[in-house]
Amino acid sequence: MAGAGGGPGTPGGAQEDRERRLAELREEARRTGTVSAPGVNVEGGPLPAGSTSGAKPAGYYGQPVVKAPVWTWEIPTYFFVGGLAGMSAVIAAAARFIGHDAATSIAALWIAAVGAVISALLLISDLGRSSRFLNMLRVFKRRSPMSVGAWTLALFGGLSVLALTLATAQRHLLSAGGGSGALAVLVSVSSLGTAVLGSVLGTYTGVLIGATAIPAWHRHRVLLPAHFGIAGLGSSAALLQLLGFHRPALVAVALAASGAECLVGATVELARHGAADRALRTGRSGALLRLGGLLAGPTAFVLWLMGMLPFGAVAFLLGALVSRFGWLAAGRASARDPQSTLEAQGG
Amino acid sequence: MSIGQGTESPNQAAHDYLAEGRTVGFFTDPTVCIGCKACEVACKEWNMVPDDGYAWSGHSYDNSGDLGASTWRHVKFLEQDLAAGNQVAGPMTVEPGGEEPFRWLFVSDVCKHCEEAGCLEACPTGSIIRTDNGAVFVQDDVCNGCGACVVGCPFGVIDRRPKPLPGAGGAFKCTFCYDRQAVGLTPACAKACPTESIQFGPLDELKERAAVRVHELRQSGFEDARLYDAADTSVRGVHAFFLLLGDPGAYGLPPRPEVPTVHLGPAWASALTTAVMAMLIAVVAFALW
Repeated sequence: MAGAGGGPGTPGGAQEDRERRLAELREEARRTGTVSAPGVNVEGGPLPAGSTSGAKPAGYYGQPVVKAPVWTWEIPTYFFVGGLAGMSAVIAAAARFIGHDAATSIAALWIAAVGAVISALLLISDLGRSSRFLNMLRVFKRRSPMSVGAWTLALFGGLSVLALTLATAQRHLLSAGGGSGALAVLVSVSSLGTAVLGSVLGTYTGVLIGATAIPAWHRHRVLLPAHFGIAGLGSSAALLQLLGFHRPALVAVALAASGAECLVGATVELARHGAADRALRTGRSGALLRLGGLLAGPTAFVLWLMGMLPFGAVAFLLGALVSRFGWLAAGRASARDPQSTLEAQGG
Repeated sequence: MSIGQGTESPNQAAHDYLAEGRTVGFFTDPTVCIGCKACEVACKEWNMVPDDGYAWSGHSYDNSGDLGASTWRHVKFLEQDLAAGNQVAGPMTVEPGGEEPFRWLFVSDVCKHCEEAGCLEACPTGSIIRTDNGAVFVQDDVCNGCGACVVGCPFGVIDRRPKPLPGAGGAFKCTFCYDRQAVGLTPACAKACPTESIQFGPLDELKERAAVRVHELRQSGFEDARLYDAADTSVRGVHAFFLLLGDPGAYGLPPRPEVPTVHLGPAWASALTTAVMAMLIAVVAFALW
């Protein structure tokens, strides 16, 4: 049943009354020319031609063509935390298998597991009906990025906790002179699985907003997954540095990420997508995106290059967070601008 | 069917389309719309859509604003500095130096019930489904209000209903009066329309009628009459189509609507490439340093 109920199935003669009411509305309209009701108001009238000065707004009275995203602060925060958690699993696996650095690996797995839990809480909190969060896992839809993401996060959360538990157990057993081959295999498999899922978790959010009707987003459908993934990778290296892990490998990852963020910023600035660019360069959304881009890009890069690790890390983390808010704000601004939609879906 | 069949109109008759499995649709013709808003009222009353407040817009007689969670039919009022076919504009527009052309159009907008529906594709819970008569339907008891459909609609139709309205938090839009159709009734808006501007029926029949109507109008001087059905776009056609005079953009309709799933391929390719690149960067970094 639709909406708040009603319709056939309503007991007694109520349905016939309601059907008769439709015929009455029709008759009233035929007779008087207008019908109104609570929420449907007919006041107004045509404005004489020439009474409006200046250029006519685009579309229908300048009204939005597409709906603005309903998402609030939880979603950009989740983009940040989820990207950080997902890419931390990638760093954890590289540290374990390539760097043979159990301490860094376990710290990164902690970030992954805690980040996954916070991510889930943020997402549930943003739902219009939070108590129904389990419906996210009711079906799997390949063509729905939200569905793919919900499943990825659920599996990632479970596997990262498992990998962390096993890796911690293995470390204690090894320091006590124990540790079995079977445990080592389990640690390897769970760490690798977490890393693969994490790399998807860190990038799919770009697909989620890229494959929408919002011009400022879908015009950057290729840039966004790369941008969010890189930001997640750099954030992970930055947070590990702040937690006291100063391995040069982490600085190398940080430099690669902040360097790539410089390119992302340049791409956004140089884009020529007509009206859709306005949301990315003007107003509050433009300011947030530029601030975030400057912090995570050139600022962090230079600070890291100069060896000022904590400052570079703070700049990158702040920039990554601020730019996620910038993208949501840009999506809202872009949706409100009918010209950008009419261009994007134009003839 | 012709205009003015009154209670003899197919819009008033019982039908069995759902049981017959026929694909049905709406054909909305603004050239016979009188802007009475009976469709809006009928829709709200039948579906018990809550009163979402009143803001005087100043846009002609349109105070409903746009389609959304609590507005499933929306009559738009267009004022254009154009000639309306062979009509002579009234004395209201006469200015020194001659008569100004003025075209006043009303069109009742509604969910398009797309063949490739962005909202349906984006919905992660399976709440949004395709019904057996081809409509796109939100199962309110499944929807958890994630908001994915809201940015998935190229027409800006579906929205999440805000508090404190009844049903707040869920996504809502036109149901095609699925409940009425199930018992052989026509949708409430079509039933209440006094001029058959909203026509309900089997989609193939409506398309034939619409083609005839466009031809008629063009013959009578309305040279910019056209159908808006998104047939040659990635949306692959709509079940609620419109006759328009002039540019769809002026009606707030995208001239070439695109279902957002067309962006999935490039976006996922970028995501997976980035995922691999991130792993490579981490591996190289830990291998060298």
